[in-house]
Amino acid sequence: MIKQHWLVQHKGALILLPSLILTTIFIYGFIGSSFFFSLTNWRTLAIDLSLRDPLWQTYADMFTMPRFQADLRNTFVFTLLFIGLATGIGLGLAILLDRQISQKGWFRNTFLFPYALSFIVTGVVWRWIFNPETGINLFFNFLGINRALEAAGMDPLSPGWTTDPTIVFSVNQLLYHLWPDGRVLQIEWGIPVALIPIAIAATWQLSGFVMAMYLGGLGGISSQIRDAAQIDGAGEIRLYSSVIIPMLNPITISTIIILLHVSLKIFDLVFAMSGVGPGFATDVPAIFVFEMMFKAARYNLGSAASIVMLVASSVVIVPYLIHTFKTRES
Amino acid sequence: MKIQRLCLWLILWVALIVYLMPIYVMIVNGFREASSVSLDTMWQLPNPISFQGFTEAWKMLSPNMQNSLVMVIPSALLSSVIGALNGYVFSKWRFRGSELLFALLLFGFFIPYQAILLPLVRFLQWINLYGTLAGLILTHVVYGISVTTLIFRNFYVNIPSSIVEAASVDGAGMIETFYRVMLPLSLPAFAVALIFQFTNIWNDFLFGITVVPNPQFQPVTIALNNLSGSFSVDWNIVMAGAILAALPTALVYIGLGKLFVRGLVSGAVKA
Repeated sequence: MIKQHWLVQHKGALILLPSLILTTIFIYGFIGSSFFFSLTNWRTLAIDLSLRDPLWQTYADMFTMPRFQADLRNTFVFTLLFIGLATGIGLGLAILLDRQISQKGWFRNTFLFPYALSFIVTGVVWRWIFNPETGINLFFNFLGINRALEAAGMDPLSPGWTTDPTIVFSVNQLLYHLWPDGRVLQIEWGIPVALIPIAIAATWQLSGFVMAMYLGGLGGISSQIRDAAQIDGAGEIRLYSSVIIPMLNPITISTIIILLHVSLKIFDLVFAMSGVGPGFATDVPAIFVFEMMFKAARYNLGSAASIVMLVASSVVIVPYLIHTFKTRES
Repeated sequence: MKIQRLCLWLILWVALIVYLMPIYVMIVNGFREASSVSLDTMWQLPNPISFQGFTEAWKMLSPNMQNSLVMVIPSALLSSVIGALNGYVFSKWRFRGSELLFALLLFGFFIPYQAILLPLVRFLQWINLYGTLAGLILTHVVYGISVTTLIFRNFYVNIPSSIVEAASVDGAGMIETFYRVMLPLSLPAFAVALIFQFTNIWNDFLFGITVVPNPQFQPVTIALNNLSGSFSVDWNIVMAGAILAALPTALVYIGLGKLFVRGLVSGAVKA
C-alpha cells in the first residue's frame, strides 16, 4: 500500500524522468564538461585532459588575443546596432499598423515573413545585395549620385560594405586616458563599418517579430484608455510617448531579451554573409568557437570561448527567468 | 488629417518595398538565364525567364532537401509528444519543486549551443551516431524538449483544472486522463509546437554543420551555404537554391500564419 501511494504521488515525476535525465546530461553535464575542457591542456587532436598550470591560463591567453578582443567588440557593437534598429523599426511598424488601416493583415504578414526563413537564406541573399560590385551600389549609379559627385570633383560613392576594414569612432585614446593600463587592448575599439550590413540583414529578419510582439501588446490596450487620454487633451505624440509606450514596457523587455539572446550567439548569418571579415571586422565569438573546435583543434580555447558566451547570455537570461517565475507566483 | 493619412500610407508602402526587396532579388535572379547573369543586371527583370537555375539547383540540393525532411519530421513529432507530457505534469500535477525543475529545463532553451557542442560531438561519437541523421534527430529532439514543454505548459495552464479533477473522480488515472481528456483538447497546441519545431529545425545550421561532417548527409541549409560559397556556381543557381531551401518554411508560414505567430509568442516565455 505504502509503495503504491508513493508511486501515485510521484507519477508526475516519473513522466518527467526521461526529460530530466536528458537535460541533466545534455545541458548541465555537457556544460560542465565544456568548462572542464577549457581548463585542460587539450589543444591538439590528441586528447590531453591534464589541468593547465596556472589553471586559468587558456582564458588569460584568450582575452589577450587580438582576434578574441575583436570578437568581443563586434558582439557589443552588433548588439547595439541590431537591437536599436530592430526594436525601433518594429515598434514603428506596429504603431503604424495599429491605426485601423485597410489591408493591415497583408502588411503585417509581409513584414513578419522574413522571420520564417533561415539565417542562411537571409545571409546568402543579403551577401549579394551588399556585394560592392553589384547590389545596392548599382543604385548610386542609377540614381545619378555618382555622376553628381564626380561633377563636384569628389570620388564616386562605392562602399565596400562587409569588405571594408575601417573602424570608425575609435575610442582607444579615450580609454588610454581613463585607464593607463589600457595598452593591453590589442585592437581598435570603435564601430567596424563591415558590421553595419550584417546588422541591417538581421534587422530585416527580426524586426517583423518585434512588430508582432508589439501588435499583440497594442491590441490589449483598450480604446477607453486612448479616449481618456484624448479627452485629457493629449495629442497623438503625447498619447504614444507618455501613455502607450510605457504601458508596453513589459513587452519591450521581453523583446530585447530575446533579441539579445539572438545577437550574443549570432553565427549562421555572419557565416553566410561575410565570415570573419577583413582583419576580423565581422568575426563573432560563435565563429571563433566553431573554428577553434572544428578547424584548428584548439579544444581548450574553443571551450573557453563557449563558456564566455554562456556566461554572457546567462547574465541576461537568468534574472529574466527568475523574474518571470516570481511574478507568476505572486 | 488627410496629409497625416497620406504620410502613413507612404511610409508603409516604402517599408513594404524595402522588406520585399531581398525576395525580389531572389526571384528575378533565380529565373534568369545563366548567360545573362551578370553584376550589372542584378535588379532587372529576367528576360527571357529560365528555369535552368532551378533545375540545376534541384539537382544539387534535392538529396539535402531529403535529408532535412528525414531529420525534421521525427524530430518535430517526438519533441512535441514529450513536450506535451511534460507540459501536462508541470501544469496539472505540480509537486514540490516542480516549478524549479521546469525552470532548470527551460534554461536549456536559452543557452548558446556552442557551450555543449564539443561534449555533444564526443558523446555522439561514443554511441556511434556521429555523422548520421539519427544523431542529428536525437540532438534536435533533446534540445527541443524545453521549448515544446513551455508551449504545452502555457497551453494547459489555461484549461480548467476541474476537467482533470472530474476525470480523476471518475477513477481515471493520470495517464488515462491525459489521453482521454487532455489530448483531444491539445490539437491547437500540437499545431503550434509542430510548426515552431519544424521551422526551427529546418532552419538550423549549427548542429547540421557540426554533427554531420559528410556532405552527403547534410541538411539543406549547409548545402546551400556551400553552394553560395563556391565560385564555380553561377548565382542564378544560388538564388534558385535559396528559394528551394526557403520554400518549406515559407509555405508553412503562408498557409498557417496565425498558428506561426502564436508559436513565436509562446517562445517569448509569457508568464
